[in-house]
Amino acid sequence: MFLKYLARRLLYVIPLLFITTLIVFSFILLIPGDPVLALLGENATPEKVAQLRQQLGLDQPIIMQYFDWLKNALQGDLGRSIFTGQLVEEAVFSRLTVTFQLVVAAMVISVVGGMFFAITSIYYPNSWMDYVARFFGTLGTAIPNFWLAMLLVLFFSLKLGWVPATGFTSINDNPVDFLKGILLPAISLGAMGTAQITRHLRSSLMEVMNADYVRTAYSKGVKRWRAIFNHGLQNAMLPVVTTIGILFGNLLGATVVIETVFAIPGMGQLAVNSILQRDFTMLQGVVLVMIVLVIIINFITDIVYAILDPRIEY
Amino acid sequence: MKEELLLEVKNLETFIPTPKGQIKPVNDVSFSINKGEIVALVGESGSGKSVTSLSIMGLNASAIQYRPESSIFFNDKDLLKLKEKEMRKIRGNNIAMIFQDPMFSLNPVHPIGRQIAESIVLHKKVKYKDALVTALELLNKVGIPDAKRRLNDYPHQLSGGMRQRVMIAMALACDPKLIIADEPTTALDVTIQAQILNLLHKLQKESGIAILLITHDLGVVAETADRVLVMYCGKIVEEGTVEDIFENPLHPYTRGLMASVPELYGPTKEKLDAIPGVVPNPLELPKGCNFVTRCSYATEKCSQNAPTLLKHPSGNRVSCWYPLEKEGERGHYETAATSFS
Ligand SMILES: Nc1ncnc2c1ncn2[C@@H]1O[C@H](COP(=O)(O)OP(=O)(O)O)[C@@H](O)[C@H]1O
Ligand SMILES: [Mg+2]
Repeated sequence: MFLKYLARRLLYVIPLLFITTLIVFSFILLIPGDPVLALLGENATPEKVAQLRQQLGLDQPIIMQYFDWLKNALQGDLGRSIFTGQLVEEAVFSRLTVTFQLVVAAMVISVVGGMFFAITSIYYPNSWMDYVARFFGTLGTAIPNFWLAMLLVLFFSLKLGWVPATGFTSINDNPVDFLKGILLPAISLGAMGTAQITRHLRSSLMEVMNADYVRTAYSKGVKRWRAIFNHGLQNAMLPVVTTIGILFGNLLGATVVIETVFAIPGMGQLAVNSILQRDFTMLQGVVLVMIVLVIIINFITDIVYAILDPRIEY
Repeated sequence: MKEELLLEVKNLETFIPTPKGQIKPVNDVSFSINKGEIVALVGESGSGKSVTSLSIMGLNASAIQYRPESSIFFNDKDLLKLKEKEMRKIRGNNIAMIFQDPMFSLNPVHPIGRQIAESIVLHKKVKYKDALVTALELLNKVGIPDAKRRLNDYPHQLSGGMRQRVMIAMALACDPKLIIADEPTTALDVTIQAQILNLLHKLQKESGIAILLITHDLGVVAETADRVLVMYCGKIVEEGTVEDIFENPLHPYTRGLMASVPELYGPTKEKLDAIPGVVPNPLELPKGCNFVTRCSYATEKCSQNAPTLLKHPSGNRVSCWYPLEKEGERGHYETAATSFS
């Protein structure tokens, strides 16, 4: 039954992937600025321009270009950077491992922080913890992450010198340096997520704690913490799971800014550079991978939801 | 049956401060429940039945406060004065509760076996695995077919009646002395209602558990209860054995409630109108008797002075200046004048 459900969810993914990539592909080619002119310079002769255009396939209608690209992409071939000649799939994959570590670290901060704030706020209503959680839940979404990033760098790197201001070490190379390097970017990125989850889970938990079945639990003699953790939390998490899924996509998008601020060689930085250089093949590869990631996360979200809520029909 | 006192509610008075004044959902209510007895608490919606029952459980909303004179004695302990920790040892263990809507009263994300077993591990020193075995026995006891397979079912996989049976099994889990059933059949189909009432009745006879059966439907009471408390606007207006209440209702409100149950007054008897009008706003209760706005026998005296609950020669206790005679006529004597208490 569950496998069948998985298979059906997977079937939804195929048209979704198809449509989103088509849209993104078209938009990338419509970005102002001609990659050919960027490559050849403003003074190139019209013949040369036409020749390169043909070489890159840019003289074809967009839809034809798309199908060409799709055919190759399905075979794992995303082409070469028109700028550096590097294989796109190689470049993207090496950047992906970096961004993935950053986003996962930010997600961990968001989920752990959000649950901590929401639960303490419900357990100690009207305490200072509650006010901190409420204040943070409102403020955290309002602070721009690049601004927070700069504040953190100013204080923890430049003033206190505890952690480096820029750079990245992979967790495989050196876990300690990884933690030092990832801390500030992950906090800058995760602050928004922590605030969102705090706010959403807090209100969801507050509602659930007034539900009849929680009263039933109390009537059996359970303690408050047990009522919250054993009866409230799983129910309250249901709507929040969706928030967490969406958050992943948001954080992925926000890496563009954070990786630039912290000079982290990830996908976001690659995307920015590709846009600046009009490197459309590279950009297509980056965006494709991001879309696939978001779709995978949505897929996982659905599964987690189905596990948490037995009422879901497979 | 020898009568041994189990629960005694004395002068229970709750209030909610609001900007427009105080609301008293329960206003000076006293009653007792003996061991193994089924006591019905009857009254229209909003008369304070749930607040009364939640007061016994210590589970009222925090907005609801108690007058210091109130007390609820159970096993020589005043439940209203107990610390939360001690109260927790009583809830589900000595006093259990069944709620109105089994659709919402069971946790939707836990299997029913787990929910029953939870009560057991909370109060008894048993392993979870053994508690599940007991849960299975309980499911059999409350008449869930194929109980072994059902143990891992979630509430949404059961019908309303089955869910209420699960609630009952849960209430029975620790062999309580008292079960409070707050409108246990209201949310169910009529045919299922009778089954659930029969089950409660049967369990009471088998194991001698006392039951406080709360309902707004007198029809439910006739077959099940030993004694009846009729509640209106936070006060008990009449109390008596089920026979006395049904054969000789003294309060016009009690009679009105009966008239709204068709099968109690068959076609041969003249059908009385159900009670006219609506329950008064709790912020604007009448000066005298609370029922004065809806009572067809009311006099000037009723609107000026509130009657108190007094024993009537026929056996019931009633709070009315002019208790009814057998045929539903207004009483010949006035309560205060004859002073028959
Ligand atoms: N938590 C609460 N906050 C405000 N008013 C309440 C609350 N609980 C009960 N009441 C009021 O108390 C009165 C009695 O309610 P309740 O005991 O639920 O009646 P019943 O169970 O007889 O239908 C009603 O007027 C209701 O509005
Ligand atoms: Mg009620």
